[in-house]
Amino acid sequence: MSESLIVPTMAEMLAEGKQPEVLFWVGCAGSFDDRAKKITKAFVRILNRANVSFAVLGTEESCTGDPAKRAGNEFLFQMQAMMNIEVLNAYEAKKIVTACPHCFNTLKNEYPELGGQYEVIHHTEFLKSLLQEGRLTIEGGQFKGKKITFHDPCYLGRANSIYEAPRDLIEKLDVELVEMKRSKANGLCCGAGGAQMFKDAEPGNKEVNIARTEDALETQPDIIAAGCPFCNTMLTDGIKNKEKEGEIKVMDIAELIANAQDL
Amino acid sequence: MSYLDNILFAIILAAGVGYFVSNVKKLIRNINLGMPVNRTDNPSARWKNMALIALGQSKMIKRPIAGVLHIIVYVGFVIINIELLEIIIDGLFGTHRIFASLGSLYDFLIGSFEILALLVLVSVIIFWIRRNVIKLKRVFNPDLKGFPKNDANYILYFEMVLMSLFLLMNASDYHLQNVPGGFSHFIKAGSFPVSQFIEPLFNGMSNEMVLLLSELFWWLHIVGILIFLNYLYFSKHLHILLAFPNTYYANLKPLGQFDNLESVTKEVKLMMDPNVDPFAAPADASAEAHSKFGASDVQDLNWVQLMNAYTCTECGRCTSACPANLTGKKLSPRKIMMDTRDRLEEVGKNIDANKGVFVPDNKTLLNDYITPEELWACTSCNACVEECPVNISPLSIIMDMRRYLVMEQSAAPMPLNAMMTNVENNGAPWQYNQQDRLNWKNEN
Repeated sequence: MSESLIVPTMAEMLAEGKQPEVLFWVGCAGSFDDRAKKITKAFVRILNRANVSFAVLGTEESCTGDPAKRAGNEFLFQMQAMMNIEVLNAYEAKKIVTACPHCFNTLKNEYPELGGQYEVIHHTEFLKSLLQEGRLTIEGGQFKGKKITFHDPCYLGRANSIYEAPRDLIEKLDVELVEMKRSKANGLCCGAGGAQMFKDAEPGNKEVNIARTEDALETQPDIIAAGCPFCNTMLTDGIKNKEKEGEIKVMDIAELIANAQDL
Repeated sequence: MSYLDNILFAIILAAGVGYFVSNVKKLIRNINLGMPVNRTDNPSARWKNMALIALGQSKMIKRPIAGVLHIIVYVGFVIINIELLEIIIDGLFGTHRIFASLGSLYDFLIGSFEILALLVLVSVIIFWIRRNVIKLKRVFNPDLKGFPKNDANYILYFEMVLMSLFLLMNASDYHLQNVPGGFSHFIKAGSFPVSQFIEPLFNGMSNEMVLLLSELFWWLHIVGILIFLNYLYFSKHLHILLAFPNTYYANLKPLGQFDNLESVTKEVKLMMDPNVDPFAAPADASAEAHSKFGASDVQDLNWVQLMNAYTCTECGRCTSACPANLTGKKLSPRKIMMDTRDRLEEVGKNIDANKGVFVPDNKTLLNDYITPEELWACTSCNACVEECPVNISPLSIIMDMRRYLVMEQSAAPMPLNAMMTNVENNGAPWQYNQQDRLNWKNEN
């Protein structure tokens, strides 16, 4: 399947004198994490299918600085930000799409003040716009009738008030969308944010990802849908901890759509 | 009433209001110990927030039971206080029910006050039961102990007593109004839908006795109100005033947007500018003393964060939604706010005791009040900020203190140091080479 992926870089585009419609910011998880790379590829397959002209920065992309900023290292964050802004501005990037809510939030909200002004959109919003413009069609396919619950990523939901785009996409799959008791603005964190992903939890009586997995299990879903590579990891670990990995899958919205299309 | 009464009333009123004003001045002084932050942009959105969230209580009803009860107490408090105007005029000038000439409007007002007073009384009793009998988790959480825990009950007792006195005052008045042939200055005025049922209490007593009781209730009621007013400054109940400026000056940006430290921007720009002579002595070394990065004490926080601390009414909605607290970690966003207020009060008292200058006391908000363990348990998920009925941001204080720990003390947990080294060296939080960033394209 990999040979069918068309992934141009901004450098290649520039060499051909072209400017893509949108720059796909892959992010560190999407580039390196084995689970998240599958999300990246699913998203690219959809972009290819919809004939979207896009490009990635490839080896010129670097961490947005989000985990450093949330850990309190403003120096490292701003150094990363300014380096990335230099690269993005050199390519005259206008519109950026990313499948990571942390990159999304940082690029959208924290880069403008430092000189990086772009239209930044999360991949669920982008997919929804493709659908509305008729460039992409979704049919339920293999997911028809399945029970799916959506976990709101903090940096997409509460942080940026995006609750509907992912849900609208799920509903297009002819599935039963069930809400957890804590959802949308009341959603419970997966436990990864604020640089927690990269450290051990403080002493307590439970891991946050287990608490959130229990929320999801209460809805008795076939699939837990996520919109963030870190949430995906945390919930996948939670499902393994509950020994439910045989019955319940944790999937990104991009994967749901790509798989429904047999892409 | 004789003139002596009026003079006594004036003295009590002046003392009550005077002490309150002096404490408000102290409050403003303490809040201004914070760093500057500009929150004057977009006034229309700010007025709207204040109207909806403080005046309209829109975030309270997210928890319907507490929300509705709170709205009753709030509306009751605001409306019954209209009666305070009459009480003050009567007290100062020795009049009796000065507004009685309003006729049917007066009857309507007094009648409404009575019904509200009863509703408030019932709501406050339910609040007390939730706190002391049902022991609702968020008001019984271990982070709420000592004075703050009792404070909540004291407020409820105050309100019970004040509402009861108001109704008893009216009941005795009603009794005397109905003495056949009239009694003293008690003209028929007002309607008493609630206190008419209390009135039989006075049957069998002499008119003089009821008059004495009536005056006693009147005095206790107004003195009680003045004591309550002065209790505010020392209590979580301060929120009834500060909720308004607090919602006005609250952050309007998306919750995910954390501020970029300007002092850092300056240094990073210098660092990245190839034209800067790295060996040059800083041109304005004396002018620009090293500014502290992040916050270790209350003076390092901005004034809105300090106002947040005084506004917090310790309801615990933040803590009950916090993923760290829910899973047994020490972090409680409510405690962050209470600690900030306690430390600010301590700093304020230090300034009072030292003729207006803060004398270092070898204590800081960090470590002496808030431990790094609490700070590092935060997932920055914004649940606490979302929950707060008056738009307080415990998260911003947590972040500023993390900044101090990392940038001034290099005291991040070891795994975070490793993550940051990776970001610095290879542009990813893990140890992967930046040159391998596009390898996924060709992997299967």
